[in-house]
Amino acid sequence: MISVQEQDFDIGLEHENLRVRAGDPGAIVTFSGLVREIYDTSESASDVVSGLFLEHYPGMTERCLEDIVKQAAKRWPLLATRIIHRVGELGPKEQIVFVGTASAHRNAAFESAMFIMDYLKSHAPFWKKQNSKDGSQWIMSRASDAAAIKKWDPGS
Amino acid sequence: MKLDIHYFASIREQLGIEGQQVELSDNNNNVADLIVSLTQVDARFSAMIEATPSILVAVNQTVVDRSYTLSNGDEIAFFPPMTGG
Repeated sequence: MISVQEQDFDIGLEHENLRVRAGDPGAIVTFSGLVREIYDTSESASDVVSGLFLEHYPGMTERCLEDIVKQAAKRWPLLATRIIHRVGELGPKEQIVFVGTASAHRNAAFESAMFIMDYLKSHAPFWKKQNSKDGSQWIMSRASDAAAIKKWDPGS
Repeated sequence: MKLDIHYFASIREQLGIEGQQVELSDNNNNVADLIVSLTQVDARFSAMIEATPSILVAVNQTVVDRSYTLSNGDEIAFFPPMTGG
């Protein structure tokens, strides 16, 4: 189940919904990503962030997230999954993204949650623009995000 | 062929437009041809392509490479590498 939305989400409620939808899960893993107040702009400098603007490509975003969930379901025996990604203006410390996975055993739940986040960061069409006292700038993609994908497909 | 082009994030801001409709000849019909065509008619696009070598192109909402063959009515999008999550 996938949602791209402006409004915040309740982790407790999402966990409970996963528990119900999964039927008889032995493990539920949830991940949430937050807006950091201090963002490294380079190796030596950092900046205080007063907020983020999140843009996306409506239509393609949902297709990508559905595809990522399908790929995860082929690799692990999942009982239920949940992705929420917020868009629009977000303040410091606000929640950005939620990924939840339910399975019979913990390894499948842990690994699939990490897989979904790794693919989401590099494949789903979201872009962050950060606001600070010096104005606003688009956040650049990180080599570490691209490298994170490679561990799931070492041969590619 | 007629193509419906969309721009996102930093690309949209650099070009100052959200998108445009373009006509491409049927003989020069892959993504690389489209980029050459846009570069020839629009100095802003040319500058943007030079400044953003990592730019990604999606056709009908799937990321493709420069050799992908385009068809009439395709939805094209240009955007920088994703930074969600």
